[in-house]
Amino acid sequence: MWSTACLFHHDGMIAFQPTSMRNSELFTLTYGALVTQLCKDYENDEEVNKQLDKMGYNIGVRLIEDFLARSSIGRCQDFRETADVIAKVAFKMYLGITPSVTNWSPAGDEFSLILENNPLVDFVELPDNHSTLIYSNLLCGVLRGALEMVQMAVDVRFVQDTLRGDNVTEIRMKFIKRIEENLPAGDE
Amino acid sequence: MADEAPFQFLHNEVIQYISKSAEKGETENGRNITKLENMGFRVGQGLIERLTKDTSRFKDELDIMKFICKDFWTCVFKKQIDNLRTNHQGIYVLQDNKFRLLSQLSAGKQHLEHAPKYLSFTCGLVRGALSNLGVKSIVTAEVSVMPACKFQVMIQKM
Repeated sequence: MWSTACLFHHDGMIAFQPTSMRNSELFTLTYGALVTQLCKDYENDEEVNKQLDKMGYNIGVRLIEDFLARSSIGRCQDFRETADVIAKVAFKMYLGITPSVTNWSPAGDEFSLILENNPLVDFVELPDNHSTLIYSNLLCGVLRGALEMVQMAVDVRFVQDTLRGDNVTEIRMKFIKRIEENLPAGDE
Repeated sequence: MADEAPFQFLHNEVIQYISKSAEKGETENGRNITKLENMGFRVGQGLIERLTKDTSRFKDELDIMKFICKDFWTCVFKKQIDNLRTNHQGIYVLQDNKFRLLSQLSAGKQHLEHAPKYLSFTCGLVRGALSNLGVKSIVTAEVSVMPACKFQVMIQKM
């Protein structure tokens, strides 16, 4: 009764080669489904923002290993170099975009990432009753978590978002402190 | 491949989130699987719309299933389904010998008890895709040795 369908008779070429563009759609849509689910599960946007940040953090602490293994980038000498690596290598590698780095604070401990097009929001329209939802807040968690694994405590937040009517999307990054390596007690 | 990493990490995190909320109340387990499946359904619907934009009309049900096994699977998991079987009465079995979302978990029977929750999203994905092609279905999955798994599609007659 059962038969193997002639799935692979004229095998060899697939009708088209899926592009990485299509794969990022998978990510974008999945992320959208997640945010939708969180909005159902939690009563207010603040909780959703918090949850997204937490999940991003969990991703970040793992993603950094993948990133270091793939990019063979060594330790950054200063925060400016960190900014460059994040914008030009990491964003490029995982999201296919290169945000610009601007608005350095005089002390060099704060800068902004300007995202011209944020792939996470490709098919998104925020309903009016979610005015305080930071839709892409996962990204903040990812950045924070990844940097924490390379001994940098950094404050990451969205200060502008095209989804909420701003002209650009801006992520503000503020260096807090260098995390000391925890050596076991008595171990020099 | 770098562009797959974000999806895989996100997928893991979604499962963590859903199963953590399941731990709070044991009875809710079924409902949480449903949540995962529903998320997959939405994503499947969206993906298939974009994927079939330029394809010609499908001849029949089998033609649709082949599209799922080849193009859809390649788009999502970077490989084709390894084997498609059917009883010609509305049941299809799609076998993937190296399923992407399991291949990094284990190659054998270790952690087998955790395998099902890594499949619900994909079941929904297939159901959502079929649904937008006008085919109503029930999709289930089973694993006996990771990372191979079988998806069973039962077509519901309208």
